[in-house]
Parts: sequence; structure tokens; C-alpha cells
Amino acid sequence: MESFGRIGFMLFLAFIVPTIALVLSRFLQPRFVTASKIQTYECGIKPYGSAWVQFNIRYYIYALIFVVFDIETVFLYPWAVAFKGLGLFAVIEMFLFLTILLVGFAYAWKKGALDWH
Amino acid sequence: MAANTIFFMIFSLVAIISGFVMITRRHPLSAALSLVVTFISLAGLYGLLAAKLLFIIQILVYAGAIMTLVIFSIMLLNVQEEDLPAEERIIERVSITTLILLPMIYIIGRSFTVIKDGQFPEVSQDFGTIHSVGMFLFTTYSFPFEVISILLLISLLGVVVLAKRRI
Repeated sequence: MESFGRIGFMLFLAFIVPTIALVLSRFLQPRFVTASKIQTYECGIKPYGSAWVQFNIRYYIYALIFVVFDIETVFLYPWAVAFKGLGLFAVIEMFLFLTILLVGFAYAWKKGALDWH
Repeated sequence: MAANTIFFMIFSLVAIISGFVMITRRHPLSAALSLVVTFISLAGLYGLLAAKLLFIIQILVYAGAIMTLVIFSIMLLNVQEEDLPAEERIIERVSITTLILLPMIYIIGRSFTVIKDGQFPEVSQDFGTIHSVGMFLFTTYSFPFEVISILLLISLLGVVVLAKRRI
């Protein structure tokens, strides 16, 4: 349970640091509000149109492939933690696991799903 | 009251409220953000059960990767407020959904009576830790583990085949 105490401390920090920053800046900042200042910030250029634009489908493919490899990485984690007690069989298992997924990755690459034109 | 009980109540209350908010919001992004809150409070519940790996996976995969996917699909579809049709025949839909969910409701209802006089088998101290899950996964459950890779492979191929058709 004590390891969750550390996570709780991290959460506390994550909450308190931006709060302090926002509250401090609220009191310290000089405020001269002009029309262009309260505009939506868009990398320094004047924003135009709606923020609701349709995203390219490629982002979606990347997100889907990311989910697959995220799950793969999640399985690497307990494997790495328990590695010492597992022996050679687990190494072969993980090798097989990764090889099967690499086939899919090679297919995606070959089909040009990772290309960005 | 034990600290665990208080945390359990906070997490489950937040999960239920944000789940309710999620299905009642009209705007898809608001619904998605409530879903993140639900995922994180569920992670808290897993943490209370000392299921450390599940806790990490819940935050990393569900609140991270799956939510990225959900938000990308919302942005891809780009649903505007005026595009959404008026919800018709709500009572019929809710009653049909309830009918489909009846077995689930029955199981939940039964769990109340079973838990009250049933005894839970005691699990060892390291149950659910990352190390013990790793030991189980790569010895006892090595075959299901390999099947997972096939499952992931199928989904990966599905992504490429379905999405490439559109480009």
C-alpha cells in the first residue's frame, strides 16, 4: 500500500503546482486587456475558421496502430519485472510474441499505412 | 471507517457520476472527457484491490491509448451539434436496453446475497503485483499469452485493410 502513497504524493504535486502557478500569476500579472490579447492563441498567427476541422484519417490509423503496440508494451512490463525467475522459456515466448506482431508491423509498413503523403 | 472504505466510496461515486454524465452529454467530446474520469476512478478501485499491474494498465492503456483513439475518431468524424439527430423513442430504446441487460442486472443482484454470507478465499500477499502476474503469465498462462499476439496481429491487419481503402 505504501507505493500508492507515493502515487498519492505525485497526484498531490500535480494538483498543487499548477494551482500555485495559476494563483500566483493571477496576482502578479499586469492586466491590460485588448481584443487581440484575448483571442485564441494559434502559434502567433491570427486564428481563422472554426477549430472544428475534420482530421486526416491517417491520424486515426496511427492511433489504432499505437493502441496495438501500447498493449504489446504492457505485456513487456511484467515480463521484464519477473524476468529473473522465468528462465529461457519466457525469453522464447516473448520472442515469439514479438515476432508475430512484427509480421503485422511489416505488413502495415509494406502496405504504406505508415506513409505520410 | 477505514481509509480503504472511504477511498472506495469516493472512487465508485466518481465513477458512477462520470459514467452518468458521459451518457447524458450531447457533445461527443464532453462525453469522452467524462469517460476519462470514469477510467481513472476505475484505476483507483483497482489500486484499492492492490492489483498494481491492472492499475497501471487502466491508466496507460485505457485512459491513455484508448482515449486517444476515441478522441481521434471524434475529430475524424467531426460531428457538429446540428448534425446530431433528435433522439426519438427514448422510452422504447431504454426498455429494450434494460431487457438486454437483465442477465447482467440479475448477476449484480445475486452478488449482493452471495457476498453477504459467502467467504472469499484469501489470496497471497503478492497477488496482483507486477511480478506475480509476470510469473503466472509466462508459465501457467503461456498459451493464452501467445494467443493475444495473434489477436493483436488480427486487429493490426484489420486496421490496415479497412483504413487503407479510404486513402
